[in-house]
Amino acid sequence: MKRLVPLLLIVTLALAGCQGWQSALDAHGPAAHTLANMFWIFVAVLGTVWFLTMAALLLALRRRRPVDADPLVTDPGTEKRMTMTISVAIGLTLVTVITFTGLSYAAQKVLYSHKDGALTLLVTGQQWWWEVTYEDEQPSRVFTTANEIHIPVGEPVLIKLEASDVIHSFWIPNLTGKMDAIPGRQNQIQIQADRPGLYRGQCAEFCGLQHAHMGIVVIADTREDFERWRDHQVSSAIAPNDPERQRGMEIFLSRPCIMCHQVRGTDAGGKVAPDLTHVGSRRTIGAGTLTTTRGNIAAWIVDPHGVKPGVNMPTIQLEPDEVQPLASYLEGLK
Amino acid sequence: MTQAITAHERDAVPEVTRLATGERGGAPGITSEADRPPDPQELRDDQVDGPELTARLAKTWGTEKGLIGALSTVDHKVIGRRFIVTAIIFLFLGGLSAVVMRLQLAQPENNLVGPDLYNQLFTMHGVTMMFLFGVPIGEAFAVYLVPLMVGTRNIGFPRLNAFSYYVYLFGGLMIWVAFMRNIGPDVGWFAYVPLSGPEFSPGKRADVWAQMITFTEVSGIAIAISTVVTAFKLRAPGMTLDRIPLFVWAELVNSFVIIFALPAVVTASAFLLMDRLIGTHIFNPAEGGDALLYQHLFWFFGHPEVYIIFLPATGWVSAIVVTFARRQVFGYIPLVLSLIATGFLSFGLWVHHMFTTGLPQLGASFFTASSMLIAIPNGIQIFCWIATLWDGRPVFRAPLLFVIGFFFIFVAGGLSGIMLASVPLDTQVHDTFFVVAHFHYVLIGGNVFPLIGAIYYWFPKFTGRMMSERLGKWHFGLAFIGFNVAFFPMHITGLMGMPRRVYTYMPEMGWANLNMISTIGAVLFFGSFLLFLHNIVASARRGALAGPNPWNAGTLEWAAASPPMPQNFDRIPVVTNREPLWAHRDTLPVVAGLSVENREQIVSTVTAGRADLRETTPEPSIWPFLTAIATTILFIGSMFTPWAFVWGTPPLALALIGWFWPKPSTEDEK
Repeated sequence: MKRLVPLLLIVTLALAGCQGWQSALDAHGPAAHTLANMFWIFVAVLGTVWFLTMAALLLALRRRRPVDADPLVTDPGTEKRMTMTISVAIGLTLVTVITFTGLSYAAQKVLYSHKDGALTLLVTGQQWWWEVTYEDEQPSRVFTTANEIHIPVGEPVLIKLEASDVIHSFWIPNLTGKMDAIPGRQNQIQIQADRPGLYRGQCAEFCGLQHAHMGIVVIADTREDFERWRDHQVSSAIAPNDPERQRGMEIFLSRPCIMCHQVRGTDAGGKVAPDLTHVGSRRTIGAGTLTTTRGNIAAWIVDPHGVKPGVNMPTIQLEPDEVQPLASYLEGLK
Repeated sequence: MTQAITAHERDAVPEVTRLATGERGGAPGITSEADRPPDPQELRDDQVDGPELTARLAKTWGTEKGLIGALSTVDHKVIGRRFIVTAIIFLFLGGLSAVVMRLQLAQPENNLVGPDLYNQLFTMHGVTMMFLFGVPIGEAFAVYLVPLMVGTRNIGFPRLNAFSYYVYLFGGLMIWVAFMRNIGPDVGWFAYVPLSGPEFSPGKRADVWAQMITFTEVSGIAIAISTVVTAFKLRAPGMTLDRIPLFVWAELVNSFVIIFALPAVVTASAFLLMDRLIGTHIFNPAEGGDALLYQHLFWFFGHPEVYIIFLPATGWVSAIVVTFARRQVFGYIPLVLSLIATGFLSFGLWVHHMFTTGLPQLGASFFTASSMLIAIPNGIQIFCWIATLWDGRPVFRAPLLFVIGFFFIFVAGGLSGIMLASVPLDTQVHDTFFVVAHFHYVLIGGNVFPLIGAIYYWFPKFTGRMMSERLGKWHFGLAFIGFNVAFFPMHITGLMGMPRRVYTYMPEMGWANLNMISTIGAVLFFGSFLLFLHNIVASARRGALAGPNPWNAGTLEWAAASPPMPQNFDRIPVVTNREPLWAHRDTLPVVAGLSVENREQIVSTVTAGRADLRETTPEPSIWPFLTAIATTILFIGSMFTPWAFVWGTPPLALALIGWFWPKPSTEDEK
């Protein structure tokens, strides 16, 4: 709980200002800083160009030729002055675009020079959620989760991006720009957070009905907190010991849930839907659609298509008295 | 108003009287049809004069009454008028779908429309604005105005032109009927694979999209060819390359861009249809295909597409600036070269739509450079127009107001485009509302504002009546404010992380206020168009009579009556200046000797614009319409079964045989 207080504080502060937890201008990582600075340079220069051009236009509109002037007669002196002015303006435009191209290329170099990271993740975009696999040299420490990435603060994290169905795009604006996840290809992107916090992102490439509800959060923690979290995620789910949750587990394992979902440490081994081993510890369900509470889990199970129309999860037939234990069991998978 | 040129003026216009006198024309040493002495039996336009000449020519060139006559017409003005009206109806439909989307996004978690309808709406909005309004409106103006501006009587290949219109109309109707029947495409106007492929878009929705592309592209390429031929070969005597009006240059370059760009998207959509209907795997990565290949093909068309929308607008702006600045254009040659440079450069930019797909970095930065470089020709154009106004005497009528609006909005959009050209910046703003803001600044600023100006400007020519100036000013004010209120906040919404094409968002994202402002602006902007519609309808009925040249403009279309007679001009003008009506204020020199009884036009040389041939142009025919119907049956049928190619081809072949059947009519004899 203690850790959550500063976290919530950050979120509240960010939302209170015009900044935001999913904002490209509220930079919380080195790459995002580079991009935000570059953005403001561009805005300053291009804004000046716009003002100067409009000023020239307004001045031009105020000037007057004599009423009886022949529209075909031009003054050689004026023509020459205008030619000179335009040539200078075009010259300046050329210098500007060459400078911007250089600047852009330099920033590109910084952005895409991937340092050796402490951590490598494989993120797979799927309709409409993110599968996250933490890679490790030790196979026993590899684990899979969904829609939530934890990273240690101040360390570069390499993310390999893949897609299993259609094209998605991975984007955490506070940390860096986006990169597409394309079926049949693997792209890479690097993220790094300066300070602990919660950074939201969502799919940026139109991917079908629920493109709007394909969120992901990145939670940056101190190294110790991160390690604690990872050790916990590696472990299997602990069997519940209160009767309600035990009943919930029985219901879960006897229903079609296990065809798609996995809960490590049980017989549920489905691989096509989010891993639920520690679903209760995640902040949201349905890829950022609902916060993880018992009530929301129950709502989601009873009517997934009411919450997220078109979602691939089918509606499972349950008896009314089965919903509560099942939701309780899943919520307890911390 | 017009009179035949007299002998002592011949030095100024060396080629003009040859047709009348039977002197040798064309290039030295080459015998051409024009060298034949006129048939003494045939009535020629130097033998009659005044109202009798007008009436006889109107009969020769006219469109017959009745439905068959209306469907057989080959008059570029009738087809052009239908084209413009149809494209503007699609503009309103596209705008309406945008308003529904804006209402849905006005509040977080709004329930006005669900994801399925929303996805169809933004797809229909994009498809309608790009394919059914953006491309056709530029071509529609070319169909109506290019023959008038170059001083000829009909467009080159008039039957092909009529065919194109019907194909375009049927394609547009097909997709909107599909939408009304809830099988409208829902994969975005770009229809990326694999989302639009057989696995993820079952049903007919993506097929409707792909086949609509085929319709509009067939139509687009055909008109582009007609326009090129008209601009190159049908110019009035004396209209050398450097006397071609800038509008015609813009349409000419535009037509070349169309001819080279559209085949790429036809390829993309045809491959997509093949993947969907006959099980090829061109774009299927699981079978060795490639999803990114589709994006390359699509954007190789898609970026030039933006210029296909923008180039005609530069023509409208040039025409309006010159007329209302009361000064010939400053920097004609640089302006023409800028148009051509824009046309070429537009093919070297497509990768900037794909900066986030993980392409090799050095290659990507090449496209940064080329994308930014487009600022140079566009800068030259903007500066030359401002210089023209600077040294002119601006007359603030509605058309000029919309052009001023164009400057403010388009330049802002062009500058935000410089940001998108940069690979690193693009990774942040790509596919967000920032991009939505950017391209609406470019397209509404760069096409719609000049278009409205162009309609106020040429409406008197189209209808013979003036539009209300007072309503025009209100329209401008409302449109300018509504537009900026709607689209400026989207820059910020996008930077705050709102992606495009989302049907809703959560309240905690903090985008609600900005979205509400955008919606208010969008409603205001749409309202300004209702005012515009009212102005059009009311002015067409009761507007003040215009006369041939209400704005005192300099180009040839203003020498024709308002609305123009079927023959456009009683006698073909002779061009001695870029602004013929300013150079010859009282009498326009003309050339005589064309047949009054047959549809005879002057074919001139490409560069010097020297009269080269007398050639007859096709009579009205119902076959283009029937061919368009057969084409439509084939295209729509092939969405449902490959057998359509079997039973759909014979009717099409029959229609084409009917169209091209040699006729023992006078037109081919003479």
